[in-house]
Amino acid sequence: MAARVGVVVFPGTNCEHDAVRAIEGLGGAAELVWHGATSVAGYDALVLPGGFAHGDYLRPGAIARFSPVMAAVARFASAGGPVVGICNGFQVLTEAGLLPGALQKNRGLRFVCAPAEVRVETDRSVLTAGIEPGSVLSVPINHFEGNYTCDEATLAVLRAEDRIVLRYVDNPNGSVDGIAGICNEGRNVVGLMPHPERAVDPLTGSVDGAALLGALLRSATRPTTADAPPAVA
Amino acid sequence: MAPPQRYAVLVEVRLRPGIADPQGATIERALPAIGIDGVSGVRAGKAFRFEIEADDEAAALARGTEVADRVLANPVIEEATVTVAGRVTV
Repeated sequence: MAARVGVVVFPGTNCEHDAVRAIEGLGGAAELVWHGATSVAGYDALVLPGGFAHGDYLRPGAIARFSPVMAAVARFASAGGPVVGICNGFQVLTEAGLLPGALQKNRGLRFVCAPAEVRVETDRSVLTAGIEPGSVLSVPINHFEGNYTCDEATLAVLRAEDRIVLRYVDNPNGSVDGIAGICNEGRNVVGLMPHPERAVDPLTGSVDGAALLGALLRSATRPTTADAPPAVA
Repeated sequence: MAPPQRYAVLVEVRLRPGIADPQGATIERALPAIGIDGVSGVRAGKAFRFEIEADDEAAALARGTEVADRVLANPVIEEATVTVAGRVTV
């Protein structure tokens, strides 16, 4: 049975259809989930796609974390469900506290929109399972606030626990340690600035994103306990 | 019991020391171009003004600080200064 992926849509999200198309092209089933939803029961994985959730007002992701769906996303994640935040979705996950650190403005205040080479640093995450560490993938980046920042202690933990999932080959935005993507302690929540959903067709220059989303779909077929009804607050 | 008063609050948010501030640096570098010299240490930030209900000024500061720390600033990269500007008279 095809993995069922919920693609979370906030007001201002704009990459949801790319994500749905990419997932369906890889054999998954994808559905849009509006940010007002209070349950994500029934999904095997969740994607928080790129865009400008709530207009990026205040800070990217700062208002999105208050959207009703985020409580359900947090429960899904704590039950081990695979969650991937792409670009603005990564920013939302850090603001929501599901991933450590923050994404600040790019070094030099430079908006970057270009193919980026990223190195897979670990295969121990829902987005890179089965991909040889050291593999270099070409995946587009498209952001102004993608400069990953965290304190020294957090960076030490990320390194020690093998939680840096992707690094840029040529750091385009000033991210600490060249970080392009990280995962949580459970390795089921991944945030990354590159857009794998835009690299699934030779027409747009690269199909390397399919490797990442394919890994997510394989991870998504694993059973989780996330279908349990939400706790009553 | 007297109804709560309303207080004017100013919250200033800026990047923590040590966090690169390319916006502030760019402004600083631009100033000499229009003949303004001797400006240093420019840090860009945001300011928020709002009114908040509280029993007294100390309570207004506490509530304003909660708004700043939980919403307006991201403690990973930012810090906030909260000032109660006074009571709002209707």
